[in-house]
Amino acid sequence: MSGVHETIEAVWRIEATRLIAAIARVVRDVGLAEELAQEALVTALEVWPEEGIPDRPGAWLMTAAKRRAIDALRRGRMLERKHVELGLELERQQERLGDALDHALDEVIDDDVLRLVFTACHPVLPVEGRIALTLRLIGGLTTAEIARAFLVPEKTLGQRISRAKKTLAEAHVPFETPRGDELNRRVESVLTVVYIIFNEGYTATAGEEWMRTALSEEALRLGRILRRLLPGESEVHALIALMELQASRSAARRGPDGEAVLLPDQDRSLWDRAQIQRGFAALERAQRLGGGARPYALQASIAACHMRARTAEETDWGRIVLLYDALLQVLPSPVVALNRAVAVGMAWGPAAGLDELDAATALAGESATASYHLFPSVRGDFLRKLGRLSEARDEIRRALAMTKNLRERELLEKRLRQWEKATPSA
Amino acid sequence: MPQYLVAGYLPDDFDPSQMDEAVGREIHALNEEMIAAGVRKFACGLGAAKSLRPQSDGGVLVTDGPYLETKEHIGGFWILECADMDEAVAWARKGVAATRGQVEIREIFFVPTPE
Repeated sequence: MSGVHETIEAVWRIEATRLIAAIARVVRDVGLAEELAQEALVTALEVWPEEGIPDRPGAWLMTAAKRRAIDALRRGRMLERKHVELGLELERQQERLGDALDHALDEVIDDDVLRLVFTACHPVLPVEGRIALTLRLIGGLTTAEIARAFLVPEKTLGQRISRAKKTLAEAHVPFETPRGDELNRRVESVLTVVYIIFNEGYTATAGEEWMRTALSEEALRLGRILRRLLPGESEVHALIALMELQASRSAARRGPDGEAVLLPDQDRSLWDRAQIQRGFAALERAQRLGGGARPYALQASIAACHMRARTAEETDWGRIVLLYDALLQVLPSPVVALNRAVAVGMAWGPAAGLDELDAATALAGESATASYHLFPSVRGDFLRKLGRLSEARDEIRRALAMTKNLRERELLEKRLRQWEKATPSA
Repeated sequence: MPQYLVAGYLPDDFDPSQMDEAVGREIHALNEEMIAAGVRKFACGLGAAKSLRPQSDGGVLVTDGPYLETKEHIGGFWILECADMDEAVAWARKGVAATRGQVEIREIFFVPTPE
């Protein structure tokens, strides 16, 4: 069993979201709600080690937050809030606020949490602010944990969160769930934040490994929370499918020395079958909701094609090309075009793939591809398969000059060595 | 993310029809909360036990009642997906508060499913 501090952190983790959502409903200000909840946590850290963890920690934290809220009201920190607007005298205001907070936790409904999610992911915030707030408010992670996961100093992360809260307050972002067309755009913003968090954990190779895994898992948990809040949104199910399918390969993605192992070379018996099944089920759900042609559903369908193949050779590349065609329609980007070229190369041979890649590069323009090492790396691969070895090696050297990532450099250098061995005369 | 078995124990003579309404409501509310937090994989209550014991002659003896003769037996369980044991314990605390009973936690170790 861990120490009392870890216990309190764990309690906080499962109580924070409901607590903040409940307070925010009363005070109509997410930033203030988060501060009040945070102050309640500080009180808990002082009292609980002495007195033990209370039976109902959520209610305890709410009582502590209530005292702070009444203090805040008294000191004018909540001047613009609704009780003042009602023109009530201070004493009466305090009483009403206290009552409202006393009952707030009994009535926390999913809508409050949903409002919290939409507020944390509001487009008025820079993406990094959205990520930090989401992990903080909905994930219940501490500033220290988030800072460790993103490899930034705790102070920087703290400033990022205060800036985000300030921006929300200054923009008078209401604590509400958007409607109509606005809802779609806002859901998209929420899903983007969740997928960035997932990828941060999944693709990055620097930093503390365990914290990285924790980030991916946190993203999956956020996905499950969203699924409950927005059960009719096909892209929520599709994103869950995409994340489950990608995460199911985690154990196969690293070799014995921590080196990256690419999809065709992975030991498929290490893939997590239960997780794959969950991914398939979520994808089916997205398709049944009519969202099969939307961006996350198409990406999940592509992942599903890989997962269905028992060996790399069995992969249905023709179908993957078609899925990339559809994806390019809804999500045109140089990276999608690059991936499509890889699929074309696998389906119809390296010459076809090379043509596709050069067409994609020309279309995207030099500037869009110049900083992305996978363009020369994939081109080098096609050239080697076509027997144009010295051109192939030039491309790999170009790729090497473009990436600083250690694991990627290892892969490229290994490839270069192998190709040099294959042609000692060149 | 690791999964945990959180099992609740009930007295041997527990009668569900006599269960306090408030307890039922609180258990229901806790389940809702677990689902909303994205941690609950599964939950159920259990009926009466039968026990099977291997015999020295190679046979199996089937008897009514739980394997261990104790004053309390497992009455239901949750399967929760949590970040770590600390978080599972935090949920189990809430389980104790809601059920007014004893709760036991075990981490579930996975064996990869064969093809």
